[in-house]
Amino acid sequence: MESSVAIPRPTLKPRDPQPNPNQQLKIDVEHLSFFYGEKRALEDISIKIQPSVVTAFIGPSGCGKSTFLRTLNRMNDIIPGARVDGRVCIDGEDIYGPGVDVVAMRRKVGMVFQKSNPFPKSIFENVAYGLRINKMTSSKSELAGRVEESLKQAALWDEVKDRLHESALAMSGGQQQRLCIARALAVKPEILLMDEPASALDPIATQRIEELIYQLKTNFTIVIVTHNMQQAARVSDYTAFFWLGRLVEYERTDKMFTAPSEKLTEDYLTGRFG
Amino acid sequence: MRSTDLRFRIGIGIFAAALLLIVVAIGITLANDSSLSLQRFGFRFWRTSNWDPVAGEFGALPFIWGTFYSSVLALAIATPVALGIAVFISELCPQALRAPLMFLTELLAAIPSIVYGLWGIFVLVPAVRAIEALMPEGLRALPLFSGPPFGVGMLAAALILAVMVVPFTSAVAREVLKTVPMTQREAAFALGATRFEAIRAAMFYARTGIIGAVMLGFGRALGETMAVTMVIGNNPQVSLSLFAPQYTMAAVIANEFTEAANALYLSALIEIGLVLFVITLLVNVLSRGLIWSMAPP
Amino acid sequence: MMIRKIISAVFVGACGLAVVVALIPLAFVLFFVLSQGIQSLNLDFFLHNPRPVGETGGGMANAIVGTLILTTLAAAMAVPIGILSGVYLSEYRGSRFASAVRFAADTLNGVPSIVIGVFAYAVVVLPLGHFSTLAGGFALGVMMIPIIARTTEELLLLVPNTLREGALALGATRGRAVFSVIVPAALPGIITGVVLALARIAGETAPLLFTSFNNAFFSTSLTQPIASITVQVFTYAISPYEDWHRQAWAGALVLVAIVLTCSMAARIAAARIVRIRGL
Repeated sequence: MESSVAIPRPTLKPRDPQPNPNQQLKIDVEHLSFFYGEKRALEDISIKIQPSVVTAFIGPSGCGKSTFLRTLNRMNDIIPGARVDGRVCIDGEDIYGPGVDVVAMRRKVGMVFQKSNPFPKSIFENVAYGLRINKMTSSKSELAGRVEESLKQAALWDEVKDRLHESALAMSGGQQQRLCIARALAVKPEILLMDEPASALDPIATQRIEELIYQLKTNFTIVIVTHNMQQAARVSDYTAFFWLGRLVEYERTDKMFTAPSEKLTEDYLTGRFG
Repeated sequence: MRSTDLRFRIGIGIFAAALLLIVVAIGITLANDSSLSLQRFGFRFWRTSNWDPVAGEFGALPFIWGTFYSSVLALAIATPVALGIAVFISELCPQALRAPLMFLTELLAAIPSIVYGLWGIFVLVPAVRAIEALMPEGLRALPLFSGPPFGVGMLAAALILAVMVVPFTSAVAREVLKTVPMTQREAAFALGATRFEAIRAAMFYARTGIIGAVMLGFGRALGETMAVTMVIGNNPQVSLSLFAPQYTMAAVIANEFTEAANALYLSALIEIGLVLFVITLLVNVLSRGLIWSMAPP
Repeated sequence: MMIRKIISAVFVGACGLAVVVALIPLAFVLFFVLSQGIQSLNLDFFLHNPRPVGETGGGMANAIVGTLILTTLAAAMAVPIGILSGVYLSEYRGSRFASAVRFAADTLNGVPSIVIGVFAYAVVVLPLGHFSTLAGGFALGVMMIPIIARTTEELLLLVPNTLREGALALGATRGRAVFSVIVPAALPGIITGVVLALARIAGETAPLLFTSFNNAFFSTSLTQPIASITVQVFTYAISPYEDWHRQAWAGALVLVAIVLTCSMAARIAAARIVRIRGL
């Protein structure tokens, strides 16, 4: 990961742009470092995220934004040799603390992946999966109702309501991704983590996902990783810029894109490197 | 195509054709050399149970019964074990254990059938005999457990077949599980699945291949000869009892081929070989089709 | 919630248990073969022929030599055909003929060994009029061909395409490129594959029962029946004589030793190949 541009190290600690210091933080990360075996992938990251906002993580490839996203729901646990230092508090509780129920936590923190990954089952069964394993409904009609509700929330209901029992794999890429979003929404998470959700989609499908994010944010706290700066500018309230495993700047989106505090951020945003 | 390249292709193509030739030749030879028996007996051969070649009686039903019964039993025992091993090695086990465990399961497959048979005669059969003798009277009345505790019989054969089938099914199942994309498990985890539930999602994704792996094991069991013939008792009878000595197609060929005194007897045994060939061929083709639909070669 | 966690834990435990359950018979078999076999393994075993029925003593010298001759015959037949078939399968992967050959190879791999014995009987024993080493070698060779063909194919596919392109770019014909560059690159792996196939057929009994049959005396003739370790172990095992039982264990120990050494040698060789060539 060499670069010919002389990269100045950030001198300021990122300012936490909290508009309302009294509101309970949804996600509060303190001094998080992440290691793959001996190699350190994330260095001393601290960030405070409010409820019901959309936060975008941006940065060049390999800067650690996806890795950091995955620490927020302990998805990195399944990688052998992964180690975490620091705290990740969701609703005040450190999810890496002893005695934490990871399974329950993952229900609360939903995730949508870069490439849509529906199960090889019907559309209905995909959305119902989370409801079934978490035993969240007590009758068939309740289940069907929740599935419908989630598909509506994901703006997919009208397109699939007549073919709920067809295979999910027969849908287009954009529809599959919205299905994955519906599947994630079905278990009623409070936080939604989205790892480059539209990167594999065409512009029209991308637009629909972005509209969806805008509609969802009133009820969810959304964190979206994106390599597309314009998307971050369109969709998010706050933006965090990552570089080589560090958090360089974290600011309200409108301010970051017009008057970034760090030279590094400015260089990235103006395309000096990427 | 240049002519030297063409000569090269044809040159080695002839050797490759040998494989095709052999398979076809096997089929033709078996069919040809069993024609005497096929013509004489027709389907009656497989419907009658009296195998008494000395008296000229050739009822082969006990062999096909014994082959399928022993193989199905072996499958019932071996499949959960084999799948458990496959899941353990591919999903659960710490990285350091993986290579040694794989080596050990391969070792299970590498031990020659005759060695299993030897161990079967002198270790397994006495153990089974002891278990059979300990069976309470009440259970003894059931057809499944009826008969004197010989030791040799269906149970011993099923057990030894199970041991031999496990490494095959487990190796193929492991390969199939490797082809399941990680994102399937991640999707399950992200929805709050437990380890079991996430593995179940992966196994669901791989279900065709896993069924193929199980069928491959079945095909292996159908054709196994030495270990079975040494512990099954070699008695041509159709019986539901696990304790009864019975016979399989492969075993009767192995035992009686050199004693076949006349052409009809030999032809009958070859007919049994023909049917065994066809059955294992079908099972193998089916299982390979299932596996390749998931993991193309 | 607790129930789900319990089920998950039970499942994980059951999988671990499955591993243990499978390893128990392995341990058992190896233990008995080792403990029983080592008692009867002495110099006599390797140097003497079997004594007449009922007498104690003697060894399996003729059988050991017989197995060696049979496997050599099988290899002589199977290695050229197998390797060249493997070359065809990898060079002309997509063609219909290659698919048919691959199908035949996999089919042949799945044919029960006793059926192969019947085939060899019909093809070699019947015309010749009696059992012979040739028939046994033929049967074992037929079994070896598909094994070698498939492993050769897989190994050749691992050779990077850039090697082939480099040779062709220098003006080599296809045949030249394959035999002077690609096959040598895969050769260590191919040899490993051959060794493993040899170990596998050295342990076969069923195809020899009515092809090479058995011979109480020492013989190296290709047209006469010949003893082999596997058939001898079988004959001894089902006999009523204790002394023969002991010798059967010794023979089994020799077989397992052959298999184990070849397996481990193949593993070590494969690991070294991967390290050296980064394949």
